[in-house]
Parts: sequence; C-alpha cells; structure tokens
Amino acid sequence: MKYYISEAVGRGVLGLAEALGSAALMLRSVLYWLFSSRFELSETIKQAVKIGVDSITVTALTSFFTGMVLALQMGHSMKNLFNEPMYVGTMVAFSMLKELGPVLTSIVVAGRAGAVVTAEIGTMQVTEQIDALYTLGTNPTRYLLVPRYIAFMIMLPLLTVFADFIGVAGGCLVGVVKLGVSPAVYMDDIYTYLGVSDFMHGFLKTFFFAFMIATVSCHKGLTTKGGAEGVGKSTTEAVVISMVLVMVLDYFISALLVAVGV
Amino acid sequence: MIEIKGLVKTFPDKRVIDGITVDIREGELFSVIGPSGMGKSTFIKCLIRLLKPESGQIVVDGTDIGSTTNEFTLAKVRRSFAYLFQEGALFDSLTVFENVSFGLKYLTDIPKSDYPKIVKEKLALVGLKDVEHLKPAELSVGMKKRVSLARSIAFAPKYILYDEPTTGLDPVTTGMVKDLITDMRAKLGITSVVVTHDMKLALDISTRVAMLYNGKFVEVSEPPKFRQSPDPAVREFMRISHLGTGDAAQ
Repeated sequence: MKYYISEAVGRGVLGLAEALGSAALMLRSVLYWLFSSRFELSETIKQAVKIGVDSITVTALTSFFTGMVLALQMGHSMKNLFNEPMYVGTMVAFSMLKELGPVLTSIVVAGRAGAVVTAEIGTMQVTEQIDALYTLGTNPTRYLLVPRYIAFMIMLPLLTVFADFIGVAGGCLVGVVKLGVSPAVYMDDIYTYLGVSDFMHGFLKTFFFAFMIATVSCHKGLTTKGGAEGVGKSTTEAVVISMVLVMVLDYFISALLVAVGV
Repeated sequence: MIEIKGLVKTFPDKRVIDGITVDIREGELFSVIGPSGMGKSTFIKCLIRLLKPESGQIVVDGTDIGSTTNEFTLAKVRRSFAYLFQEGALFDSLTVFENVSFGLKYLTDIPKSDYPKIVKEKLALVGLKDVEHLKPAELSVGMKKRVSLARSIAFAPKYILYDEPTTGLDPVTTGMVKDLITDMRAKLGITSVVVTHDMKLALDISTRVAMLYNGKFVEVSEPPKFRQSPDPAVREFMRISHLGTGDAAQ
C-alpha cells in the first residue's frame, strides 16, 4: 500500500516538474520569437477577433448582471443598516473595477477563448499539423503561439474595461429602478470615492491573467496526446487550471499591487 | 545525399529503431517497408528531425542534424525536404489555395501574384481542379491526400518523404499517386523516401527497398534482389502480401 502511495506521489511530482519544465521551454521560445521575427499580422488579427470580439456578448451579460446583483445586495444591506441605499455607486464601481471586472472577465475568457485555443492547437497536434508547419518552413511558436499571446494580452484588458463599464451601468439600472437612487447621485458616489489607482489596480492584473491563460491554453494544446479524447481532456484541464490560477494569482498580484501602493 | 549512421530511437516501452545505418543516394527512390507498428513512420520522422533520435548521425548534404539542437540548422536543412503526411495534415482553418501556397510563402521568394498559377498547376498535377476555395473538411480522404501532395511539391523540394502515400486511397487514385511519385523522380530528379506497408507499390516504383523489422533493416536491395531475399521476415512479409515467397516470385 505504502509502495503504491509513494509511487503515485512520485509520478505526480515528476509529472508536475515535467509540465513546468516544458512550459518554461515554451515560454522561452515565445519570448524569443516575440521579439525576433516577422510579425504575423493577419493571424494576430484573426486571433484577436476570436479571443476578444467573440467574447463580447458573454462578457457583457456576465458583468451586467453582476453589477445589477451587486447593486441590489448592497442597496438592501445599506437600507437595513442606515434606512437609505447609500454609496451604491461607490460599492458597485469599487467591486467591479478592482476585483469582479478583471476576475470575471478572465474566467469568461479562459472558459471560452482559452478552450478554443487549446482545442485548436490540440487538434493540430494530434493530426500532425504542427509537424507539417515545421516541414513547411514555419516555426509553430511563431505562427501559432505568438499571435495568440499578443491577442490575449491586448484583448483581455480591453474586455475588462468594457466589463467594468457594463457592470457599473447594470448597477446604475438597479439603483435607479429598484432602489430609487438618482443617476446623478450614483455617478457622484463613484467620482467622489474612486480614483485612477482603483481602476489601474484591476486593469494591471488583467495583463498577468492574460499571460497566464495564454500560457496554460497553448501549453495544454501543444502537449495533447491521444486523438479526439486527448483533445477533450486537454481542453477541460486547460480551462480548470486557468480558472483556479486566476483566483490564486488574483490574491498574490492584489497583495503586490497594494504593497506598491496601486 | 542522406547518410544515416547508427540511428537509435527509443520510446519508453520500446526500442523502435535499433542502430540503422544506410545511405540514401541522390535521385533514388528508396522505400522502407514493414508491418504496421514497426517504426517506419518513426524512421522518416527522424530523417527530418520531427523526432529526435537517442543517438546516431543523420547527415543531409554534409550537415549532421542527428543531435543538433540548433533550430536554425534544422530549419535550413528542413527547407530541402517536403513531407507527405499519412493523413494529409492539411491546415483545417485554411482553404486549399492557402494550404498549397503555404510553403511558397515561407520557403520561397516567389511573388504572391504568381501563387494562383502555381497552385492551379500543382493541383492539376494531382488531378484536382476548382477546389482552391474549399476547406479541408469539405474534401474526401483521397482529395485531402492529393492536396497534401500538391502542397509538398509546390515549393520544388530536393527530397520528398512519403508516409504511407497510398493508404486510404481508391485504386484509381493509388495508381495516380504511384505515377506521380515516379514522375517526381524521373522528371525533376527529386530524391524520394517512401514508407509503406504496400509491398507491391514498393517493388514497382523503388530503386531500392529496405525491410524494417525489429528496429533494423534486415534487407536493403534493389527490387529484383529483394524478391530473392533469404531473410525469413522478408519472405513472410512477401507471402502475406500475396507476392509469394522469394522462390515463388522467381
């Protein structure tokens, strides 16, 4: 029994070390090709559309209803405490800009675009299309990974800004219609108590999230084995790992940003 | 010329290539035959370093790529190769036109305005027309293979590696591919390495045939001599390929 447990632990540790090692090698290759090759503009635009534009609807819906429910909960809590829905705008905007906007958008993008990237690269891997790229004079890192990294790094922050606005607008709608807060008061609460640093706190985090989602999605795609079943497995793993890492990274980056005063 | 010396490739559970040494001469059509799962595809993937061998030399026109980790050396050597994959390996997201012209963009300085003419010409060579706008998902298995062949020859390579070129094709297309492989060598002087389990194809088209068995080439010879091989593995494979034993073939 002991032998099997130690064998399983050993295999797990070796597997993790191998995955981290190959991800590090992939990252080295991405950084190399990012700064030293001809830019695949059309491929990057194609990926930006897939990752960003195609995620707009689901991001808008998620953030709009999150803003609405935040306003509803905060407003009723304030009513219970102070007999008046105070600071609804402040609390909705604060939550959206610093935490929920970046985190929810990253989770949506990891689940939608990250899954697409892993499935696409994974399918290319199991059908020898990645090998075909090598034989046609193209490095897969340059042709496949670099455009996806750039697209994630550009589109996720933009989507987050969009989600922040939509979330605040959703909160405003509930504030005005359900809680009787005037739009002017709602906006004044935001302008009075929120600064640029609050926005930057959330905005800067998205670059780390984008980089992490791109790395996990691409790496899982490239290491796919075993046909269609393998593609499904890699895709699921990529989404789960990305979502968990968004949460984990969120704490550590927030702590870092707080420490440096952002 | 491709010189292979002491090539060894192992996977965790098996030594697939076990010290192969062979020269593939300029302009020849060299076929590797053997039962499925014997490492034929592994062998040609090592030739172009899609797989890294554990040891041994692969010297292509004077450059040893057997153990190099230099990506530029590999990329430079790979430029002289075309590879026809077993399942075609066409890029799903690109049209037939974009697939066939892919190598032209990355491996040649040919102006883009010439691509349509070249693509049309190469597709005609493999018996296809008016398919440029289609995506691979809209093609049959045979058509995919032919498009893949057109993509392989579009940039006029020096060597072509064929991985099971006739598997999954109907008899008419098989005949066409067979003629095309021999034409590539006869008209353009392209050195070809064909990996197949189709013994008849190998004996019909090759200048030399090698039998891969248990990680080694148990016989490497010209087709007439190959037919007379005393090696038991060759004789057995000839028998199950309905080509008779060495004696019967005589």
